[in-house]
Amino acid sequence: MALTLSVNGRNYTVDVEPETPLLWVLRDNMGLVGTKYGCGIARCGACTVHIDGQVARSCATQAAAAVGKAVTTIEGLSPNSTHPVQVAWTELDVPQCGYCQSGQIMAAAALLAKRPRPTDGDIDAEMELNLCRCGTYQGIRAAIHRAAAIAGGAR
Amino acid sequence: MTHLEITRRSFIVTTAAAGGGLMIGIAMSGPAHAAAGMAPNPWERPTDKDGQEINAWIVVDPDGTTTIRVGQSEMGQGVFTAMPMLVAEELHVDWKMVKVEYADSNRHVRNNNLYQRMSTGGSGAVRNSRVFLQQAGASARERLREAAAVAWSVPRDQVVAKDSVLTAGNRRGTYAEFATRASQVQLAQEPAIKQSGQFSLLGTTLARLDTPLKVNGTATFGFDVKLPGMVYAAVKVVPVRGGKLTSFDFNAIKGRPGIIGAYALKPVGEQPYATRIDEGVAVVADTYYRALTALNLLPVVWDLGPDVALNSREYKARLAEAVKLPGAVGRNDGDAIAAMKTAVKTVEGTYFTGYNSHTCMEPMSCTVSITADRVDVWGGFQNPPGALAVVAEHLGKQPVDVYSHTTFLGGGFGLRSRNHEVRQAAEIARQVGNRPVKMLWTREENERQARGRPAAMSHLKMGLDASGMPIAFYGRFAGHSSAAQANPTSVANGLDSGTMNGIRDHRYKIANTLIEGHIRNTNQNIQAYRAPGYEHNLWHMEQFMDEVALAAGKNPLDYRLELTKDLPDWQLVLKTLKQKSGYRTDLPKGEGMGVAIGESFGSIIAMCAKVSVSRRGQLTVEKYDVVVDCGNLVTPAIAAHQMQSGVVYGLTDAIYRELTIDKGAVVEGNFDTYPLLKINQMPVVDVHFALAGGDKWGGMGEPACPPTAPSLGNAIFAATGKRVRDVIINQANLSWT
Repeated sequence: MALTLSVNGRNYTVDVEPETPLLWVLRDNMGLVGTKYGCGIARCGACTVHIDGQVARSCATQAAAAVGKAVTTIEGLSPNSTHPVQVAWTELDVPQCGYCQSGQIMAAAALLAKRPRPTDGDIDAEMELNLCRCGTYQGIRAAIHRAAAIAGGAR
Repeated sequence: MTHLEITRRSFIVTTAAAGGGLMIGIAMSGPAHAAAGMAPNPWERPTDKDGQEINAWIVVDPDGTTTIRVGQSEMGQGVFTAMPMLVAEELHVDWKMVKVEYADSNRHVRNNNLYQRMSTGGSGAVRNSRVFLQQAGASARERLREAAAVAWSVPRDQVVAKDSVLTAGNRRGTYAEFATRASQVQLAQEPAIKQSGQFSLLGTTLARLDTPLKVNGTATFGFDVKLPGMVYAAVKVVPVRGGKLTSFDFNAIKGRPGIIGAYALKPVGEQPYATRIDEGVAVVADTYYRALTALNLLPVVWDLGPDVALNSREYKARLAEAVKLPGAVGRNDGDAIAAMKTAVKTVEGTYFTGYNSHTCMEPMSCTVSITADRVDVWGGFQNPPGALAVVAEHLGKQPVDVYSHTTFLGGGFGLRSRNHEVRQAAEIARQVGNRPVKMLWTREENERQARGRPAAMSHLKMGLDASGMPIAFYGRFAGHSSAAQANPTSVANGLDSGTMNGIRDHRYKIANTLIEGHIRNTNQNIQAYRAPGYEHNLWHMEQFMDEVALAAGKNPLDYRLELTKDLPDWQLVLKTLKQKSGYRTDLPKGEGMGVAIGESFGSIIAMCAKVSVSRRGQLTVEKYDVVVDCGNLVTPAIAAHQMQSGVVYGLTDAIYRELTIDKGAVVEGNFDTYPLLKINQMPVVDVHFALAGGDKWGGMGEPACPPTAPSLGNAIFAATGKRVRDVIINQANLSWT
């Protein structure tokens, strides 16, 4: 059936079964492949997007459930990688293979929107469902603190 | 000796002298990124059309942009930055003008291995490519200088090449202006390359060229390839490896939306067990989700084959029986059996590590397009010419008519080196026939079709003299041999030496060593893991060395120093660890530090783990100090990141997971039952370089994995008095009173 979804401020009408996970609609129907598949059961965070500003695991979110809401993916986080999280990630060269990083960045951006000066405990609590096999966690933690500083006006 | 710490809080660099160490300073201001140094699709080569090639690695565009081609695959280890640095060091190019792209594997094959080495593994990117990459840069630089010298009628040695500019007196020209003429220069003699101590770029931290593509979602992985008219394949193989597909009922799913077909997967031709197609079924549809949903509804009948009774518990018992028996001899120094009889004291222990899967964050994928005159294949290949060859062989094509295009790899770790998934995708595309097919594995298929590390057991025995020093070491190993599956004739004598890495090649000064091995295989398919052999065997060997030291009443770190007195590089690493970690054995109960050391892929790495364990047995891994001697560094930040990465990999296997088998099938399939280490379980990892310098260039991708687990096991023993030898740590009771 036809569903109309708002993604990154643009409306897309797609012909999919309504229970299709948002992840596959983003990737295969809309061509937004920055959002990754990692597990299909909301246990790795590679597919993390924002729905109405909240973290959502798009592999476990039915497309129909996103109708009428604002979906943001990595492609829509900022027009030119200028979100403080992206700036901090770039400054500290956080990614290794990079496959999980879209999800990490989206989760970190949602965390900072909620807690502008997160503690290490906040980071542990909010980021523990975003797995990284390369082991970039130390860089992620440092970059979240750095992003908080950038957002707070530090240079 | 240089000391680089990358902590939670900041980057800290200090430089200090240590006996025999090389003094270098490292500028560690934060990386400054120029414009993205590469395209999101790194296999595309716009330079084939527009640029002037000086040699196969180096292309200069009219605007001076200089593209350096990379033969290795980017799987996170930083080859898209480190490899061009090796060229640029000699080329004297303005780094801000450097772009990178993959070398062309088809051209490599057509032109007698033009790029010399296009597989990625064995921690070999730098150490096995450095000389020819430096040479390519030096050779191009001298041709540019010669072209300018001829144009200006001056001797070549008066032409200075710096930052992509050539000057002689008041004459000045850019690399772009002289690129075409340089490409035609014949040199009487190739220039010598720079040696350690002469470098200006190598040893500095530069921003990774791939980072901009990895913070905005544009880096294209194998999973992300999209072609016009492409269809999607979901696959499922027989749950018990070695079983067969009996039948499936396509009628049950053919009316579902978007379905194109269902296809049997059967071996075609003769291949070794390691690389042949596992029997299974593929469903193809217009989207992946439709293919996957239909596959899950497809009635399939399997013949589960001969191994339906296999389980991990019984296999472990088989290994335990094997290590009681003398085996094929892997090393024999002196007469360990006779010397053991003269020992004042003996120490022995049996250690076990189970199967595990690479678990790349990106599951396997491959896209194949077959047309009348050529075949194209896209994926995250660790061996692109190998992918090309597999496709050519499977489809009966000439290799020169096959083009393999390497994407970014969402992790590699050895999994993407044998191209078994490529053969599977080629077989599906062959059956589909008329359009490109992208095959994707689910997480469950990725783990259950796993070709990860072998299970292994060691029984180790040490004889000590009256002073507590070892005089005889007798080790018996039993485990799964990947070599036996890949090439049975390679292990005709019943011994797979590589499987015993880390025990067989120990460096301790022990007059008598006897190491024996047994091959005991199951239906599991095993291949190169991250630090194959070493990754699991150091858990055995380096915990055992701690047990020996403690039985001798010695400090475990000092004991290792004593046993490696004749190895100056090991001495430097261990002394540095002692100094940096503050290793001590007198912490209150519930706290502990543990050390371990190993040498693999040309690098020596020692670690100290600091843990705390609650009375109830709750483990917290607080900190790792990692000391590495890789001889020389290309770029310190990437090297430090590889060290952190190795610690995470080692901790994940040691604490959290084992791939088990029941009724012949892999039990675990996804992160709910087969977890990875999470950010809230991550210790602080401080990395310290203790570099021997000279001509030594050690690998960085793998060697940090092996010492991680045993230093943890030793720290846990120090904290609790409990020694975990043969289970993952999460299954051990660490409580204490």
